Amino acid sequence: MQVYLPIAEISVNIFLLFGIGGLVGVLSGLFGVGGGFLITPLLFFIGIPPTVAVATGANQVVASSVSGVLAQLKRKAVDIRMGFVLLAGGLIGSASGIYLFNLLQAMGQIDLAVQLSYVVFLGGVGLLMFLESLRAMRRTRGGAKRGKRHVHTWVHKLPLKMKFRTSGLYISVIPPLLVGMSVGVLAAIMGVGGGFIMVPAMIYLLGMPTKVVIGTSLFQILFTSAFTTMLHAITNQSVDVMLAVMLILGGVVGAQIGSQLGGRMKAEQLRILLAALVLLVAIKLGVDLVLRPSELYSIAPGGEQ
Amino acid sequence: MIRLVFLLCLLLASPARAEQVVAGLSRDSIGITASFDGSEILIFGAVKRFAPEPDGPLDVIVTLEGPHGPVTVRRKSREFGVWVNTSSVEIPSAPSYYAVATTAPMHEILAHEVDEIFRISVPEAMRSFSDAVERANAAPFAQALQRIRFKDGSYRLNTGDVSLLEDTLFRADFALPANLIEGDYVVRIFLLRKFRVIDDYSAPVKVRKVGLERWLYSLSQEYPPLYGLLSLAIAVFAGWAAAEVFRRIRG
Repeated sequence: MQVYLPIAEISVNIFLLFGIGGLVGVLSGLFGVGGGFLITPLLFFIGIPPTVAVATGANQVVASSVSGVLAQLKRKAVDIRMGFVLLAGGLIGSASGIYLFNLLQAMGQIDLAVQLSYVVFLGGVGLLMFLESLRAMRRTRGGAKRGKRHVHTWVHKLPLKMKFRTSGLYISVIPPLLVGMSVGVLAAIMGVGGGFIMVPAMIYLLGMPTKVVIGTSLFQILFTSAFTTMLHAITNQSVDVMLAVMLILGGVVGAQIGSQLGGRMKAEQLRILLAALVLLVAIKLGVDLVLRPSELYSIAPGGEQ
Repeated sequence: MIRLVFLLCLLLASPARAEQVVAGLSRDSIGITASFDGSEILIFGAVKRFAPEPDGPLDVIVTLEGPHGPVTVRRKSREFGVWVNTSSVEIPSAPSYYAVATTAPMHEILAHEVDEIFRISVPEAMRSFSDAVERANAAPFAQALQRIRFKDGSYRLNTGDVSLLEDTLFRADFALPANLIEGDYVVRIFLLRKFRVIDDYSAPVKVRKVGLERWLYSLSQEYPPLYGLLSLAIAVFAGWAAAEVFRRIRG
């Protein structure tokens, strides 16, 4: 069964879209990630124009983070104050990201920019996660001791300090603002939530306790991606509601299946699997950039600006 | 049938050139609905004569042309080991869809200089809209545009797809692709003898999004903030509802 997507102006098999949504949903339920980093490349692959894929990806992230945030709020695992600081940075980042996105699109370099950021960020984070989980697996086998928890670094010397009670932190607002901003830029350009960057940054850079990290990052992601969706809708008219609904329907069902599956697996196994998956996507996109394409020319509607 | 009778009536009426084309379309508007999966259009007609048929074969070419718009064609080259778009040419106006159906191979029935006047073949149809294509360095880009559009089915050449009966009745079937864009399409019919066009005819076909597709598209174009909010509301509701439903199922 085909469905004509009104904004992408292309007719796509409806079950293919449910399948993509479902697959990404399973992964997000399994690993606790938004899945934006998979959905956008998959949409490129089935022929959705990049601008529509990125904008609709942001809309899908909104849906997948809502239920997560609600659950985390109930558990009181959200540092709302930290969330707002990250969000303030995120909104600035998202706005500049959209500006950059439109500029690159006019220059004909958006595909390259999106692919490069995927390769660099997914590759980097995937590699770090992979090494980290290998080390963790070795540590559990060897039974080694844990490191010191509070390490004072340059982060603690910055001005404009603020108390974050839920996280038990008294730090400058500058690092969280910067973290939020960089995630906002990525969200706009890559159509992702950015959890895969923010979670490690919150743990290692800001020193937040692990139990509030997921909830707080989801809180920031929800609002940043909502803002990004609005900006894409207003500046490019590139959000395809029909496409988003198909992906969301598949995604919410997949997420439930994923979280059931996830309950039966060990945390280290999950992490190493996620790392492998992230690396695989990065390698695939990287290879595409380096290999000679079969068609050197590409066409885009509209004139040069 | 009624149309055929109508055509025959036309055949008997109005005097003019020795041979004239009269034609009809199976539909003059196409609606793109949510379940749109391509469409078909039948173009049929007859040759009206006021004198005995001249010698030599009669041929027919039918073209169907989509709305025009500017297109930017970019070429990749290798920079620092990575394939990057490095050069581009803007084709000021190219048809989004262009299909040509003929009774015989084009070069056997149509003279090049006639093609230049009527802009019938794909390269000529594109040339008519842009001087840029004439520039020497732009030629590979214009060819690439044709190659890509032929490959994805937006441009077609269906040699032999016009069936001509008794040198009088003809028909051509066009299959429109699923990635059709909306706009004003034009059907053109050319009657040919000895490489020359002896008569031509054109008629519009309107392609429009309808129903939900129309509504969503206009909303996104005319009220972007409202459309954005609608997208968000749907996403938030779906996320919340899914979590609730599964919580109940488990609980």
